[in-house]
Formats: sequence, structure tokens, C-alpha cells
Amino acid sequence: MATVTAGKAVHLPGARGQGRRTSESWLRRIPLLPALLFTILITQIPFLLTIYYSLQSWNIAKPGSPHWVGLNNYGAVFSDPVFYAAVLHTIEITFGSVLIATLLGLGLALLLDRKFLGRGLARTLLISPFLIMPAAAALLWKTTMLDPVYGIVNWVIGWFGFAPVAFTTSQPLASVIATVVWQWTPFEMLILLAGLQSQPRDVLEAARVDGASAWSTFRELTLPHLRSYLELGVLLGAIYVVNTFDAIYMITQGGPGTATTNLPFYIYQRAFEGFDIGQAAALGVVTVVGTIIVATIALRTVFQVFIENEARA
Amino acid sequence: MATVAANARTQRAGRRRPRIRQRLTGVAWGTVAWFATIIFFFPVFWMILTSFKPESAAYSNPPQFAFHPTLNEYKQVFSAGMGPFLANSAIATVISVLLVLALATPAAYALSMRPIAHWRDALFFFISTKMLPVVAAIVPIYLAVRDIGMLDSIPTLIVLYTAMNLPIAVWMMRSFFLEVPGEMLEAARIDGADLRHELTEVVLPTVAPGLAATALICAIFAWNEFFFALNLTSIRAATMPVFLVGFVTSEGLYWAKLAAAATLASVPVLIAGWIAQRQLVRGLSMGAIK
Repeated sequence: MATVTAGKAVHLPGARGQGRRTSESWLRRIPLLPALLFTILITQIPFLLTIYYSLQSWNIAKPGSPHWVGLNNYGAVFSDPVFYAAVLHTIEITFGSVLIATLLGLGLALLLDRKFLGRGLARTLLISPFLIMPAAAALLWKTTMLDPVYGIVNWVIGWFGFAPVAFTTSQPLASVIATVVWQWTPFEMLILLAGLQSQPRDVLEAARVDGASAWSTFRELTLPHLRSYLELGVLLGAIYVVNTFDAIYMITQGGPGTATTNLPFYIYQRAFEGFDIGQAAALGVVTVVGTIIVATIALRTVFQVFIENEARA
Repeated sequence: MATVAANARTQRAGRRRPRIRQRLTGVAWGTVAWFATIIFFFPVFWMILTSFKPESAAYSNPPQFAFHPTLNEYKQVFSAGMGPFLANSAIATVISVLLVLALATPAAYALSMRPIAHWRDALFFFISTKMLPVVAAIVPIYLAVRDIGMLDSIPTLIVLYTAMNLPIAVWMMRSFFLEVPGEMLEAARIDGADLRHELTEVVLPTVAPGLAATALICAIFAWNEFFFALNLTSIRAATMPVFLVGFVTSEGLYWAKLAAAATLASVPVLIAGWIAQRQLVRGLSMGAIK
């Protein structure tokens, strides 16, 4: 490692002599080390240990010390129908929530990009859902919003002649997604609004003078400009939403049955309700591997945030 | 003469008409924006309103907008022992945010001001740790924390919250450092400023708003964190989200009381976010894309 980095340092412009270069490049690296070591220690070592535990049969509620079972836990995971359901629900919740939140966020950002009376206040109110504690938001949606008898949503759909719906039991996945969308739409809106407001005004003005329609201006100027902001919003949103736990724990407890069990909630159940360390760990490893594959493909193909960074360097 | 005047008049009218139309569409879009705002804000409004209701008014169909406001539910929430939970949340949030800033600032400095080899790999490493689902690490974390006797302790939460927020903080801080103009540094160096002066007099004042934005976002995530708190704490170190769960299960679902507890749990972050929304926007857009 040291030799590799020292070799690299020689190619830095404006350098004077190998010895000084090496020591200086190490000096420059020192401020980075505490954060790097801390991150490796707290976030990476546990993942390695997860692999180790996934090869053990160990139920902390049952007597008997853990023992080596090889890949048995993985066999159990891949023959477990709940696992496949959890994978599907994780994809549905992440994809559905991020997609809807981004589209709604884009709409709100476009609205807020125009001047209107009380725009500042509207923006303040609109970011509020993102600031509400997710556990509290989930409880409030479950009760005051979605309750079949006293919930606001049923009251509103009643105006249009719809019969009340017991959303959290008959539409559990949609209930969870609605709550997540409500919380993450302001986040997407803020990122996209920053993108819209960084757009050069004179270019838009020129397009308008040239007689371009609002739609073609949006499609040919605004959308390409927003691309990196959209990517960042989707990326960060997905990173957080894929871990959705609070809403499921509070609203449905993964049910009815396993209708809303996603991977985080299933791992939680295996570990803290089933006390099955080995299987929970195997589930964790499978989840991580799956996430790495999806994230790598996404970053290499769709997202250019990192690629553009590279070009800039 | 008359025709000229008429021409001028039609011209003026022609100019005025699009302006009126523009204003009308402006008002129409403004109305749409406010309509959307009201829909999105309504659950928050309803939470706050419900928290001041007597329990009987919380359950009603159609919903009650007018009632005799009461602080009774807030009193009951406090007498249910919310104080320590609030304190735990505050301690875990503040100390973890300070730790994050202490670790992330030098790291971001190293990654931006004096570029080192492999800075991109380091940056990518930080953000990639965020992509790994945290649940996958809960088993070893739980066992390790249990084995060293640190279950149900605030320091455990502080360490985990610091690790949880560090990648985002490094990423954000780096983009704020990149905004420090190179000429300013050059000028300071030519004036003979050493590293310490360069940092305290040039760099830190420029990135101070960025530090505030980073701190706010990390504070939001730490304050709202539920998963670690649920699994690693029980009584002594439990935080506000855990209080909400316990409150719901022990008291049953009383909506007005729940709304009061939820409001109290959300108000610190809500007010901080409202006050610092400009920093929030800057922090979220991260300047990284500029």
C-alpha cells in the first residue's frame, strides 16, 4: 500500500524530490485516517463477522453452544418462501416509493420555482414531512390518516361517495409506501429545487424569446440540467428507503401474514423474535451481496454522479 | 395623427394583454402550489391540532376542527415519564453530531483542499458503506455490544450514530471545502500564513455555513433513528422513538395522547429545520454537483 501510494505521488505536479514527497503525501493523508479507521471498525468489521455467524447454527434462546454448519443457513434462506416475498417487497417498496416521491418532488419543485404569494411559507410547510420523526409519522398515518372509521383519508374519499377502506389491512403495502412517499417527497423536492434554481436564467429567457413552448423548454433544457440532481435524489432516497423499517414496524408489523415483510424487517424478526443468529446473519449476507450487485449495476450504467466527478478530477 | 394614436393604443393594449395573461397563469399556478402544500402539510397540522384535543374529540367522524383546546394530553405524556427519553435523544444526537464533525472535517479537508492520491477511492468507500443495509450488521453489532456489557447505554448509540452519519458528512463537507476559492488560499500563503492560520482564518470561516448544514442533517438522522435504539436499548438509554413504541403498547392507542407525544418528539427537529432551511437545501444539494 505504502509503495503504491508513494509511486503515485511522484506523478503529482510541482513535486520536489522523492523523500519529501512520500512524507508529505502521508502527512496529507493523516487527517483522513481517523474517519477512515472509525468507519472501517464500526461498519465494515461487523459485515465480516456477519459472514462468520452465517456459517454457524446458533439460537440464543436455546441451550447449546454455536456450532459450525457450513452453508446450511444459506440453504434454509434460499428454500424459504418468506425470503422471496421479502425480496419482492423490498424491491416494491424501494422502487415504488422513490419513483413516486421523485415525481411528486419534481412537480412540487417546479411549482415552487415560480414566484407566487407566500412562496417562502409554502416551502417551509412543504419540507415539514421530512422533519417529522419517521416512527411518529408512521403511527400518525396508521391512526389519524388511514383508520377505517375516524381516519382523514376515509373522510375525504367519502365526499366522492367511496365506502371506507381499512387501508392498513386491505392495502398494507400501499399504506407503507404512502407513508414513505409522504416523508421523502420533500427531500426529493429540495434537491430538485436546488437544481432548478441553479439553472442559468438567461438561457431560459433566450428559449422563451425564440418562441419555445414551456414543454419543449422543460424537456430540452431543464431536464438535462436536472439530470445529476435527479440522480443524486434517487440515489440518496434509495439508500435510505431500502432500509425502511420504522414504517413497517409501526404500521403493519410486516403483515398481514408476510404481505409487507421486507428484508430489514425479516432480518429483525429472525434475529430478535426468532433469536436465530445464524439464519439472520445468512439473510444479512444475502441482502448485502444483492445490494452490492444492484448498486454496482446502477452506478455503472444509470448514475453519472461519480463518473462526472471523475471527469472533473 | 389619429391613426398613429390608435396604433400606439393597440400596441400598448397588445403589450398589456400578455402581461395580464401571465399574471393570471401565475395566480393559477400559485393556487395549485398552495393546494399541494396544504395536502402535504395537512398530516402535520392534524397531528398538532389533535394533540390539543380532549381524547373524546380525537375520535369523531366527521373530524372535529373546533373544540376546547386542552394541555391535558401533554401533561399525561410527561407524567408517563417522557423526560429521560427526551434527554437520551438529545445527548445521543448532540454528542454524535459533534463527533461526526470532528472526524469528517479533517477527512473532507484531506479529500479536497490538498488532493491526495486515491481520493476518489476513499470518497467512494465512504459513500459505499452507506449503501450496505444496516440491518445486515445488526447481528454482530448486537452480540459485540452485549459481550462488552454495553447494551442499553448511550455511548453505544453515540458510536453507532457517528458511524451512520460519517459518510454523508464527509461527502457534504468535501463539497463545501471545494467551494473555498483557491486564490484566497494562495493569497494567505503568499502573506506567509502557516497551516494553522490558513485553516482558522481562511478555510473555516468559508465553510462555517457548510458545517452548520452538515450538522443539521446529521442531527435529523440521529434524532429520528429507530432501528438501533429499538434493538440495543431498553430502559436506561432508550430514546424518543422507543418511547413512542412503548407508549403505544402500554397505553393503548389514544390518539390525542399519541399526537401530543409525536408532536413533542418531532418539534425539536421541525423547528431546527424550519429555521435552517436554506442550509438544509445547500446541504442536500451538496454543491457536489456543481
